[in-house]
Amino acid sequence: MPQMNMIQALNSAMDIMLTRDPSVVLMGEDIGYFGGVFRTTEGLQRKHGEHRVLDTPIAEGGIIAAAIGMGVNGLRPVAEIQFADYIYPGFDQIVSELARLRFRTAGDFFAPVTIRTPCGGGIRGGQTHSQSPEGIFTHVCGVKVAMPSNPYDAKGMLIASIEDDDPVLFFEPKRLYNGPFDGDPNKPAVPWSTHPKGEVPDGYYTVPLGKADIVRPGNDLTIVTYGTMTFVAAAAAAAMGLDAEVIDLRSMVPLDVDTICTSVKKTGRCVVAHEATRFSGFGAELVALIQEECFWNLEAPIQRVAGWDTPYPHAFEWEYFPGQARVTTALKAVMESA
Amino acid sequence: MNRRSRLHVPRVPARPGEAPDFSYVDLSPAGAVARPDVNARARDISFLAVELVRVLDDNGEALGPWHPHLDVHELQLGLRHMLLTRVFDDRMQRTQRQGRISFYMRSLGEEAVSVAQAMALRPGDMLFPSYRNQGVNIVRGRPLVDLMCQLLSNTRDMCKGRQLPVMYHWVAGNIFSISGNLATQFPQAVGWAMAAAIKGEDHIAASWIGEGSSAEADFHHALLFASVYQAPVILNVVNNQWAISTFQGFAGGEQRSFAARGPGYGIAGIRVDGNDFLAVYAVTQWAAERARTGAGPTLIELVTYRASAHSTSDDPARYRPKDDFDRWPLGDPIARLKQHLIRLGEWSEQRHLALSAELEELVAANWKEAVTYGMLNEGPRLNPDLMFDDVFKELPPHLQRQREQMRAEIAKKD
Repeated sequence: MPQMNMIQALNSAMDIMLTRDPSVVLMGEDIGYFGGVFRTTEGLQRKHGEHRVLDTPIAEGGIIAAAIGMGVNGLRPVAEIQFADYIYPGFDQIVSELARLRFRTAGDFFAPVTIRTPCGGGIRGGQTHSQSPEGIFTHVCGVKVAMPSNPYDAKGMLIASIEDDDPVLFFEPKRLYNGPFDGDPNKPAVPWSTHPKGEVPDGYYTVPLGKADIVRPGNDLTIVTYGTMTFVAAAAAAAMGLDAEVIDLRSMVPLDVDTICTSVKKTGRCVVAHEATRFSGFGAELVALIQEECFWNLEAPIQRVAGWDTPYPHAFEWEYFPGQARVTTALKAVMESA
Repeated sequence: MNRRSRLHVPRVPARPGEAPDFSYVDLSPAGAVARPDVNARARDISFLAVELVRVLDDNGEALGPWHPHLDVHELQLGLRHMLLTRVFDDRMQRTQRQGRISFYMRSLGEEAVSVAQAMALRPGDMLFPSYRNQGVNIVRGRPLVDLMCQLLSNTRDMCKGRQLPVMYHWVAGNIFSISGNLATQFPQAVGWAMAAAIKGEDHIAASWIGEGSSAEADFHHALLFASVYQAPVILNVVNNQWAISTFQGFAGGEQRSFAARGPGYGIAGIRVDGNDFLAVYAVTQWAAERARTGAGPTLIELVTYRASAHSTSDDPARYRPKDDFDRWPLGDPIARLKQHLIRLGEWSEQRHLALSAELEELVAANWKEAVTYGMLNEGPRLNPDLMFDDVFKELPPHLQRQREQMRAEIAKKD
């Protein structure tokens, strides 16, 4: 089986879809000749032509609006927003237009647009290159929201997103581009080639949106998470010797409620973890949902692990990041209660 | 002399109780503006963004190089479409006043914009209208009853009760959905046109916004993307002088024309008398040919006047003189085309009255049918279950659950 890091896996997904489906086009800042600031689209313009891999002006609102128009005219655009932190100029086109076009036209018009964007911190990006805004978009009716945590899922989920007739916001945790990360920046970097999820088939396959992955089965407690925190949370639980069931949601919309609730009903304890800020974050929705569905099975209050409710500070990145220490505190709290 | 920086606040020339003043509108005589070759480079024709293309003079005579020399039947058809738009608008306005529909927006005084432009385009060209472009539906032959059912949010509403009145769409007629958020359709039209070019088709896109919403970033994104990719698109700014109570000066119209934004982006900009059916037709035809032959996009500023209130929720007597439209120097588009046809010996006051009566009857008959499909609060109603459809292509589990909850709520009430 070929080894790929997440960048290569995403590149392979787009290459395959450009080859399979003449309606697929890529567009974004620096993605064409240069191949993207993270090299995710490297070689694709040379192979598929500059009409199908379009360099664009630095105008996220324009990129998303143009992608909508292309989608209405039968194309299947994959738009890259260079950093998730830059998505806000396109917010109105996503929220008021892309998300609601099918609804407001009673299904007569739709735009099957995928918006890819690197998110999350841990790369010394400061407050404008580190954000995790996925929760904001889960509050919008009509867009799917996904975030893979490894190369295998990244490729299969991106192909599934491109083929989806609904718009998909596809967040790529950029700290995981080159390898899994347990939250300790002082350890040597680990490449994906050492990890089973770095084995990625060359050909076409999909990983459906809406199906969570039980990364590690366990009986002591359930950790519900996604993206970078999948590895951080699993490592913290392992360090404490806990038999944790770790669930990687893969997509927040649609949400795999059954997998979450089956697990929490089994373990009776739950920690919810994401890198995004805490207040009104997606974790709050998860906690509310779990207590509605699993209240009588819970042995302890559900704990939340998240980034602090401040902008992401450049100099204090690792004090900000919800690393193993913060996860451990939550795990202790949920295990010690009653 | 004490020179200091200063803040300039645009001032409307006339407020209620004052005499209307349109001295700020730069006019060119009919027939006076040159018509460049359709393949002229944008940089060589920037005069078009300053002058005002006019064909019909004050006596109804068609003059100059932009005279489109349309067949008499086309002219009569244009008159009919404009008149039908007006009759439809008047009837729907009364209907709103009677409480039958919640909201309406007339296009009074601006009918030539939608009608002449839609007539100058091909049926396969995709239109991205704004909310005052009902005339494009009339030109493309949409049954009036379809429009009325949308206004009524009834059982035949194309939007299934999800949109405010006038936010129509029509897949078969190649008319895109009106958003309600202004200007968003402008860059979408450019994307549609880019896709047409990528696919190697010769359909073009056209979009409309008001001068007021040209202040939005979407306007600039549209011009930028149109310029960068030379997309086959016509971008229309309908400068009707007013955005609700906000005068065009607040959208930046005091210092330069809206058409002049075009040359600034390296695309052709052209200013046209928006109440002159022949000039609007000719300019649109010219722009369409440019787009279709690879000469690139065009920004058209249609200088017109919003003779009606912004909407049924607006009262312009609070911010502008009551007799403003009577003094508007570019007149009424219907009266001007009618005058031209009479001058040609192809129309008369009697025929005009007869046509008006015929169109009144047509609208009345359609209304009579439309209300049989229900009204907002009377008669047959759409199933509220429908609100959960089309959020996504497939109904996801959380919406299935919420639909069940709503059904239970309704069952309790009944």
